[in-house]
Amino acid sequence: MKKDIILAGVGGQGILSIATVIGEAALQEGLYLKQAEVHGMSQRGGDVQSNLRLSSEPIMSDLIPKGGADLIISLEPMEALRYVEYLKPDGWIVTSCVPFLNIPNYPDLEQVLARIKAYKNHVLLDVEALAKEAGAPAQAANMVLLGAAIPMLGIDHDKMIAGVARVFARKGETIVNTNIAAVEAGYHYALSVR
Amino acid sequence: MKHLLLGDEAIAQGAIDAGLSGVYAYPGTPSTEVTEYIQLAQAKQPSGIQCRWATNEKTAMEAALGMSYMGKRALVCMKHVGMNVCADAFMNAAITGVNGGLIVLAADDPSMHSSQNEQDSRFYAKFAMIPCLEPSNQQEAYDMMAYGFELSEQLKTPILLRVTTRMAHSRAVVNTVEKPRPQNEMSMPKDVNHFILLPAFAKRNYAELVAAQPSFVAHSEADGHNVYVRGAHPEKAIVTTGIAYNYLMENYDASMGCSILRLTQYPLPAALIAQLVKDGAKEILVIEEGQPVVEELIRGMVPSDVVIKGRLTGDLPRMGELTPDSVRKAIGLDPLPEHAPEAIVVGRPPALCQGCGHRDMYAALNEVAREYAAPRIFGDIGCYTLGALSPFHAIHACVEMGASVTMAKGAADAGQHPAIAVIGDSTFTHSGMTGLLDCVNANANVVVLISDNLTTGMTGGQDSAGTGRLEQICYGLGVPQEHVRVVVPLPKNMDEIKNVLREEIDYNGTSVVIARRECIQTLKRHLKAAKKS
Repeated sequence: MKKDIILAGVGGQGILSIATVIGEAALQEGLYLKQAEVHGMSQRGGDVQSNLRLSSEPIMSDLIPKGGADLIISLEPMEALRYVEYLKPDGWIVTSCVPFLNIPNYPDLEQVLARIKAYKNHVLLDVEALAKEAGAPAQAANMVLLGAAIPMLGIDHDKMIAGVARVFARKGETIVNTNIAAVEAGYHYALSVR
Repeated sequence: MKHLLLGDEAIAQGAIDAGLSGVYAYPGTPSTEVTEYIQLAQAKQPSGIQCRWATNEKTAMEAALGMSYMGKRALVCMKHVGMNVCADAFMNAAITGVNGGLIVLAADDPSMHSSQNEQDSRFYAKFAMIPCLEPSNQQEAYDMMAYGFELSEQLKTPILLRVTTRMAHSRAVVNTVEKPRPQNEMSMPKDVNHFILLPAFAKRNYAELVAAQPSFVAHSEADGHNVYVRGAHPEKAIVTTGIAYNYLMENYDASMGCSILRLTQYPLPAALIAQLVKDGAKEILVIEEGQPVVEELIRGMVPSDVVIKGRLTGDLPRMGELTPDSVRKAIGLDPLPEHAPEAIVVGRPPALCQGCGHRDMYAALNEVAREYAAPRIFGDIGCYTLGALSPFHAIHACVEMGASVTMAKGAADAGQHPAIAVIGDSTFTHSGMTGLLDCVNANANVVVLISDNLTTGMTGGQDSAGTGRLEQICYGLGVPQEHVRVVVPLPKNMDEIKNVLREEIDYNGTSVVIARRECIQTLKRHLKAAKKS
């Protein structure tokens, strides 16, 4: 088993909590893991990404090579497109369709979404709306996105849910349950459109 | 025990487990998390490790040397440019030598993700003639702390530990020991004259340091951190340093049969390099993160007909960090099939947070500055450097910690008016105070605008050394009390802030305006914590 994942978004959106849950589940599975993060200046509203590598064999490079990623998981549609050079020809893009508008020259959203749809393997979803429908707060939107990526992760759905429960356990049962609801909402959405 | 740790955290845990007594540091990306991890560990389970932030890298280095003087183990942490700040203490610590183990961690930032240059700290180790360790993965980073402290105490020298951004900020599973080694007992140096660098003593010390060089090399050759594996086709050889090995192995195919020398300890192991040549190396590719340090040195260690390839020959990019892709190309492999970049994607530069006090400070400053024909505003290092970008375009210089104050003074000396320095509170105490004293002594016609957000913001909100005492510091340096003005940077105070700025610009002498409002990131955290309790 080997999965190379690029997590993308805008500084402050919370891509690292997605990485934390996947990492937790991967470690329980006994997988090797490397996760390169961006700290520092970019965290102030700039583009951020994290390279997450999972494998049943030891992993060498902290960075994913171009053309090597199985999956791009992005909390922002244009940010998903920023890393397509890293995507395998048949890799998946799982991304929120909601733009994060903090720059004056953000491109036309319809064109951005059209470019994402040009990739055969994509899941485009409104993570905030799905979180709301699932009765979860807007902060759980990243967990909806995580849920939508589960079918492509190579880790069982149930093991991912257990990972969510462990990561949020210290915040209490209510938070665990809303986050699980958010993950399930994303998961079922992805299954329905795949 | 197994932990999922950042490289920085592995270094911190390694230091704790190796019997650390004090960590001394000033925050700086990508080194900050080392000290933060130790602070968190001490908050959870105190074991008497001193871990308070230092005012700058020089005070940190000196305090660590004092800890070492007393026989205990000390760690100094900084980003690469911090090495410049502590260079005086660092270089001379190589001459005094150490008593308790002393490790200096320098976290380099090739590609300048959060820095103003990509200087390579390995030059400092060579400059000071001390050993340098450069771990290639998180486990090695952890293990090298115990080794480094042992080596430091055995050789009586500080050790430089060099990492780069990808090592510092990448997570992997690290196996740690069950129980930390106890801290050293306090003990005086055996020969106190070693720490008195009068020329007579310093000459003797330096001669000892020079004489010790072969033993440093012997450790590089024999301690097992530098690994040489002869290949089936040894005419082609590859030398890697630190994490460059990982990029090689990501792409390497055993059938290539190159001889591989994997370096993680300096000075260079001369015997292993000689062996490479003896085994038939005709071409050596040097893959190293940072500047071409080894590539240059190795030229003087092999016969002139051996071809050396690397960053200087264009086989690898001359600047910037390595990637699996650039290394793949350097070893002659075709790139993996990849998608073309999407032309629709535009840049998303970082920006000051919405609601940040620096924003209101710049809004007022820009309006006032426009009233003058040719204002010059000298910026400094911190979040507020982002004032150089859209929408503010407010500063005309940013060089290094504290330069705003003294560059403004130099500009005023040259006849510039208005000459304004913009500096954060933490940067001001780090390196701005001495410059302000120069201004006061010359009564230079400058305004020093301290944008005080009560924290070290850019690195994530660490304590700032002068919080609550900035006015007293300015008074103490001799700025007249009536020219130390405090404003609250909020939109509703815009007229007042502008008036204060105008008055102090028009005053012919040194003045300070403190724009004080808490960083909104730390404010959020404080409010959340208050709600909990």
